[in-house]
Amino acid sequence: MKVLVAVKRVVDYNVKVRAKADGTDVDLNNVKMAINPFCEIAVEEAVRLKEAGVATEVVAVSIGDKSCQEQIRTALALGADRGIQVETEGGVESLVVAKLLKGVIDKEAPQLVILGKQSIDSDNNQTGQMLGALTGMPQGTFASVVAIEGDKAQVTREVDGGLQTVSLNLPAVVTTDLRLNEPRYASLPNIMKAKKKPLDVLTPAELGVEVTTHVTTLKVEPPAEREAGIMVESVEQLVDKLKNEAKVIA
Amino acid sequence: MSTLVLAEHDNESLKPATLNTVAAATALGGDIHILVAGENCASVGEEAAKVAGVSKVLVADNAVYANQLAENLSLLVAEVGPAYDNLLAAATTTGKNVMPRAAALLDVAQISDIIAVESADTFKRPIYAGNVIATVQSSDPKKVITVRATAFDAVAAEGGSASVEAIDVVHDAGISAFVSEEMAVSDRPELTAAEIVISGGRGMQNGENFALLESVADKLGAAVGASRAAVDAGFVPNDMQVGQTGKIVAPSLYIAVGISGAIQHLAGMKDSKVIVAINKDEDAPIFQVADYGLVADLFTAVPELDAAL
Repeated sequence: MKVLVAVKRVVDYNVKVRAKADGTDVDLNNVKMAINPFCEIAVEEAVRLKEAGVATEVVAVSIGDKSCQEQIRTALALGADRGIQVETEGGVESLVVAKLLKGVIDKEAPQLVILGKQSIDSDNNQTGQMLGALTGMPQGTFASVVAIEGDKAQVTREVDGGLQTVSLNLPAVVTTDLRLNEPRYASLPNIMKAKKKPLDVLTPAELGVEVTTHVTTLKVEPPAEREAGIMVESVEQLVDKLKNEAKVIA
Repeated sequence: MSTLVLAEHDNESLKPATLNTVAAATALGGDIHILVAGENCASVGEEAAKVAGVSKVLVADNAVYANQLAENLSLLVAEVGPAYDNLLAAATTTGKNVMPRAAALLDVAQISDIIAVESADTFKRPIYAGNVIATVQSSDPKKVITVRATAFDAVAAEGGSASVEAIDVVHDAGISAFVSEEMAVSDRPELTAAEIVISGGRGMQNGENFALLESVADKLGAAVGASRAAVDAGFVPNDMQVGQTGKIVAPSLYIAVGISGAIQHLAGMKDSKVIVAINKDEDAPIFQVADYGLVADLFTAVPELDAAL
């Protein structure tokens, strides 16, 4: 079984991102970039399926300019077998990402596609679901457990009320939640080996996809700041403030 | 202008997030319809018909919609959708699961998690875990939108008198099946709808210690939440997680106990009206957003708080 994993290059999760003063965009100058944490979990899951003898090959795909090859190499160092970069200029919207991934899927015919449930930059949480629609595959979103049984995937999903388990016909799309697994660290020998693994570059035109724009960002700004609060000395004082000043408890 | 709101429900009753979503639809203006898709969900349809500002309720009652499977529901939304300018759902795990799939079937983008309607095509939404607010404009002929419930004041659940129409549109994609669910059972209010929330973090040390918070919660009529650290550590289940990737809450009072205040947690609660932080580390970032901070050992302070209430 071939597994396709999508990875996105995003700002490292430790970086506190700020809007530029002129409000045109976020300030990404000299900011550390990394693989999106949810995508890292997706790679780990695919590699574990390979180690368990369920998957035969893991292909990592990223969409973006040449710099995203860094994140493909990270995926290869974590255990993916080969990489594909779909070359685009700048950011591409989720719907277009889904179309490009569908193009890759048409060529690669994977039985399982694993993506992160959202990227920590745009926080959209859409690409996997859109990919499901475009390919006609079922979707197991926000997955905390994935089990392959014959021609089906049993996926436990983290939903608002608790956990829901669904059975999906393969091929299927899975999007990862935080507790699906804990990704490993790439070892130095594996990082070196990853440099020699194959990495193909495709263009949207080769995949028959037109890169379109549906949503334009007009402005970015910092959120409303909370006013500084006060420190209280005791529980007694806290309860008094909540009752008589904030009036939020009776 | 016309808007279709996908009802959030459990086949028995309408979930409050639907009322916040209708509020966002009201901000867009025009006719508002609600789509109730489920099985044996007539009572939800009746409830939806009473929601203020709604003119029509469509009820698709069929076993294929019983568990809100995205594969089936998105086909329904995509079939009913072309008659509307806007398709809205709450940004709950159901809305987030179904709407992007429906958007792709309609070949339009989705605007996720809006917090304000600026005009018919322009919206505000948080990005980068809420560190930045983006104003975005859609050029699609049809807008598919998920709504952050806490950002819109709920419309009245009563007072409307919409017509109810059964629709016989059955889509069974036949590619997925519901197997089982483990839902949290609690007498306390739902986290996203509670007036008061008390949450614990890594500082709670284990799951048993959450009983300290539960006791306070029961006195205040509060819901109990948790930080990602507490959920990842296995103290409590995932449905209690408050944060960027968990639940977004905005109660009147949020009490953070033993929570350091990571960006991703703050993203889920910083719109609360009053924030209280109890932490023994005086440098914890949570104090920067707290209205009232108390530097104390939670194992002393929480029982004291319990006794004082």
